[in-house]
Amino acid sequence: MLSKRIIPCLDVKNGRVVKGINFVGLKEVGDPVECAREYYCQGADEIVFLDITATHEERDTMIDVVRETARQVFVPLTVGGGIREIEDFRRLLRAGADKISVNSSAVKNPQLISDAAQLFGSQCVVAAIDAKRVDRSFHVVVNGGRIDTGLDAIQWAKEVQERGAGEILLTSMDADGTKEGFDIELLNAVCEVVSIPVIASGGCGQLKHFSKVFLESGADAALAASLFHYKELTVEQVKTHLAEKGIPVRRLKGSECE
Amino acid sequence: MLAIIDYGAGNLFSVKNALEHLGEEGVITSDPEVLAQADRLILPGVGAFPDAMQKLNQLGLTAVIQEQAKRKPLLGICLGMQILFESGSEFAETAGLGLIPGRVDRIQTSYKIPHMGYNELEFQNPSPLLKGIEEKSCVYFVHSFMAYTPEEYVTACCDYGVKVPALVQNAHVFGAQFHPEKSGEAGLRILHNFIRYSN
Repeated sequence: MLSKRIIPCLDVKNGRVVKGINFVGLKEVGDPVECAREYYCQGADEIVFLDITATHEERDTMIDVVRETARQVFVPLTVGGGIREIEDFRRLLRAGADKISVNSSAVKNPQLISDAAQLFGSQCVVAAIDAKRVDRSFHVVVNGGRIDTGLDAIQWAKEVQERGAGEILLTSMDADGTKEGFDIELLNAVCEVVSIPVIASGGCGQLKHFSKVFLESGADAALAASLFHYKELTVEQVKTHLAEKGIPVRRLKGSECE
Repeated sequence: MLAIIDYGAGNLFSVKNALEHLGEEGVITSDPEVLAQADRLILPGVGAFPDAMQKLNQLGLTAVIQEQAKRKPLLGICLGMQILFESGSEFAETAGLGLIPGRVDRIQTSYKIPHMGYNELEFQNPSPLLKGIEEKSCVYFVHSFMAYTPEEYVTACCDYGVKVPALVQNAHVFGAQFHPEKSGEAGLRILHNFIRYSN
């Protein structure tokens, strides 16, 4: 049986890990390679880097971060943020990323998903969807939730699958930052219409939120950033909790990362 | 010297990184002479069966690999494992390297396809690559096709609604359907065992 995956996410700006509240007052807190290695040693099933560097020129630092991380972390590595064209995929994959996530640029240009899937394979194309409740439906939002694209998130999820995305990273902008739990309703609405794996993101604040999301939704993986970053929980604690609830997870055998 | 066969497959550098971490320098090459000098070979692979075979044929590597595999340890990873078999049916019926009896066909399961994520190894037959590995260790898979091969060639499998061959072996030719370079310490241990293996 497949394990449910636990995925820590690191926000990286100009080659440094930062974590901010609502993207305002970003605080620099560390070396992304070290942080990624630490998560790997805790038993993270994958690592996600979200590049929030403002300008295109400064993104070259991310290439170095990815290259160095790939030398030390032996689980899949996903990189997202600022991916606009096929050449961005090529550079990051060559540097050692295993998957690339696309968000607003795919909304602007859906062909990017089709082209990347065709060229590099679906397994490395992750469609990141930020969704927010508007009336009785979910809309795709971009720019940290500030812009409502008007696009129906459930329809968009179907479309990214048809275009060849291999996974969906689904963030609930309603739940994000609340620490009140993942958005089960949104997850199930998307899981019902797609067959590719869905990664739950946004809202987790406690151990029980992880078991709840796997018991009550079709999510295949759960992503968290600040919870792990501020050491409120370790990946290992989450996995122990999930195993106690009978949810299949990859447990570390013996001593890792000596 | 360990040679990583370069035929345009995607996961070359991940494999090289994992080997380096284990203290083994992998030489990435498509040069038949280097392959002849190497004492063991890794055949990586991401993508589709016919494309991979077409590239090996174009580079003149098919016969070279078949010849080298008579003498030295070879490890195929993911698609590199699949093309070790006699044939595959992805997109079009295509001849493989024929180093392990069997064929590669779509996974017949009621579960989601692709089979993607960590799944548990169940041991079938003894394998030198499983030394020090606990049964039920999780390794990372991404694939939609699998090997259909007699049980004697399967050393470990996993349950995905059907029994999916995970690790296969014919004498000193090995294949891993999963990605040992992306499977944490269990995967590194399997690569370590391959580096140490001598036939």
